[in-house]
Amino acid sequence: MEIPMQCYLIVALVMFFSGVYGFITRRNLLAMLMSLELILNAVNVFFVVFNRFLFPEHLEGMFFSLFVIGVAAAETALAIAIIINVFRSSKNIDNEEIKELKY
Amino acid sequence: MEQSMFIALFILIIPVLNFLFIGLMDDKLKPKTAGLLGILGLTVVAALSYFTAFDYFFNYGKVDGMYQSFYEAFSWMKFTETLSIDLGILLDPISVMMLVVISTVSLCVHIYSMGYMHGEKGFQRYYAFLSLFTFSMLGLVVATNIFQMYIFWELVGVSSYLLIGFYYEKPSAILASKKAFIVTRFADLGFLIGILILGYYTGTFDFKVLTDTNSSVFTSTPAATFMGASVLTWATALIFMGGAGKSAMLPLHIWLPDAMEGPTPVSALIHAATMVVAGVYLVARMFPVYFILTPEVLTGIAYIGAATSLYAAIVACTQTDIKRVLAFSTISQIAYMMVALGVSKFEGHDGLGYMASMFHLFTHAFFKALLFLGAGAVIHAVHSNEMSEMGGLRKYLPITHITFLIACLSIAGIPPFSGFFSKDEILVAAWEGDKIIFFCQYFVAGLTAFYMFRLYFNIFWGEEKQYEHIHKEHADCMTIPLLFLALLTVVTGFIPFGQLVTADGFGFDLHTVFEIAIPSVLIGVVGILVAWIMYKKPTQIPDKVATSVKPLYVAAKRKFYFDELYMFITKKIIFRRISTPIAWFDRRCVDGFMDFQAWWSNKVSVKIKGFQSGDVQLYVAIFIVAILVISAIICL
Repeated sequence: MEIPMQCYLIVALVMFFSGVYGFITRRNLLAMLMSLELILNAVNVFFVVFNRFLFPEHLEGMFFSLFVIGVAAAETALAIAIIINVFRSSKNIDNEEIKELKY
Repeated sequence: MEQSMFIALFILIIPVLNFLFIGLMDDKLKPKTAGLLGILGLTVVAALSYFTAFDYFFNYGKVDGMYQSFYEAFSWMKFTETLSIDLGILLDPISVMMLVVISTVSLCVHIYSMGYMHGEKGFQRYYAFLSLFTFSMLGLVVATNIFQMYIFWELVGVSSYLLIGFYYEKPSAILASKKAFIVTRFADLGFLIGILILGYYTGTFDFKVLTDTNSSVFTSTPAATFMGASVLTWATALIFMGGAGKSAMLPLHIWLPDAMEGPTPVSALIHAATMVVAGVYLVARMFPVYFILTPEVLTGIAYIGAATSLYAAIVACTQTDIKRVLAFSTISQIAYMMVALGVSKFEGHDGLGYMASMFHLFTHAFFKALLFLGAGAVIHAVHSNEMSEMGGLRKYLPITHITFLIACLSIAGIPPFSGFFSKDEILVAAWEGDKIIFFCQYFVAGLTAFYMFRLYFNIFWGEEKQYEHIHKEHADCMTIPLLFLALLTVVTGFIPFGQLVTADGFGFDLHTVFEIAIPSVLIGVVGILVAWIMYKKPTQIPDKVATSVKPLYVAAKRKFYFDELYMFITKKIIFRRISTPIAWFDRRCVDGFMDFQAWWSNKVSVKIKGFQSGDVQLYVAIFIVAILVISAIICL
């Protein structure tokens, strides 16, 4: 028996909003970054699910999620590099405390 | 002729290059180098000017017995088909004559200043400004149209301002330069409005069209009137206002006596020989317009001139600062020229006044420059401007004494010096034009002789004072210009001016009219004798005369309260009654409105600034909420 599309979507939706919630509420930059990953992966799930169920003869959704994974990897590397530098300069990765850039 | 235009262009370019070079190098040049450079440039300019004049008057200028005007210009700003502002060079008898006057006097002043300004701070700057002035003045006289003239007119104004305020550490010099600039600027406002009206109604700025009596300017006159007078009357009267400002006619003369705060050679160049006659030159340049279209304005000019010459002559009798005496004498003599123009007619021998005016301009430039340079030599020796601190200087300054005497005789109208010839022609013209003006000018001639010799006797005769550091003078760069100018003062009277410079271009012979020449010489002699009696030896007569006409004497000494009147009008009426409310309106309403806008946007931006927190999480939260709200709206 095939699992209906809605189940996948509900899982992805829960992932997405958990990510959003985490991104908004976490104070730690690393935690925010993780939440961001969660959002991206939720989107990946959407892409794959829609591709699989709605347009089985096409492969664009799959490819796009692969792209997203690639871009996410690069982005994570970059973000971690930035966070490390921030930590080096301020001994701190709490985003409430990092206000210097604002001024 | 082509070649002449080319030379004329060179005459203009050399001083401006000199100005830029000396002005930009400033302290990098040695003072002596700057001075010699200036003198060298001016020597070339003077040589080229003499060549131009000679070539013009005796070679190509005369066609069919009439002096033509030659014209070379390029269009600079074009407004309509006919109305455009050109820049170019115009050669005709008066402009060529002015080239000679300006370059000669300027050369003398350049040489003289080497001695007079020796060791002054800002020597290079001084020479740079002199070059700037020479350039502007030369540009003014060769202007092809009234707008080009206006441009150079302002340039001479600014060079005059810079040179009067040369001793910028002296408060009185700063005040004088400001006064000169503001008063002439005020007059130039009238000039500009006049130019615009004239350009609007005649459709041209060009002197070529404005002075060609066959052109459309003269055949079809605009019918428009304003406040009971035709627009052309307004235009020419306003243009004359500009000329009156520069030439220190009543009531715009107040700046000239104060302008004597500048270095004396500057007074000789700018405030005696060249710039102050720009107004006369302007009227002469526009003479056909004045004479044919608006004769009533010309009559007005004659009366203003007569009043000014009388006023200035009376005031000159009471001043004690020798430069101020000369300044008032300048005002009086320029007014003479204005009178001659005012009573002149246009054609042939009737145009005697025009010719006499130009003749007097020519001779006056030399002898008045000589007087100023002589006064400069005296001031240089005595270190004071006050007559009471001088006396008996003939022993110390023999060359200055002789040359000063020649100039005094010339201005008093004693033959055979140049002033006699030109003043005589003016008196003849006044006699033919208007009897009242004639008697006024005749009386002024006597006063002129009196105050000039009062000056002369007070400086060179009278009681000898104690002088410090005075040396017997010898031939150097200060006395050579004096001798040269004295020579010119003697010979220029014999130039057959009637053949060269006339209103309509046709020459005529000058005759000495003995019925007028003899009385005018007589009154000159009377003036000299009175001065002799009163001032040759220290006596009580001057004081007795002064007390016997005390109110008049005091009034004349205070220059008939013109300065006080201006102060009253500006401070009490204009500043208090007009400017203060306007300033209030400006501060409270105009500025207030702008301030309100600034205040308001400041408040709003402070509020908005709060959103730009840099807090990414807040942004995301707002973003998400907004998306949800929008989605909800769309879905419903």
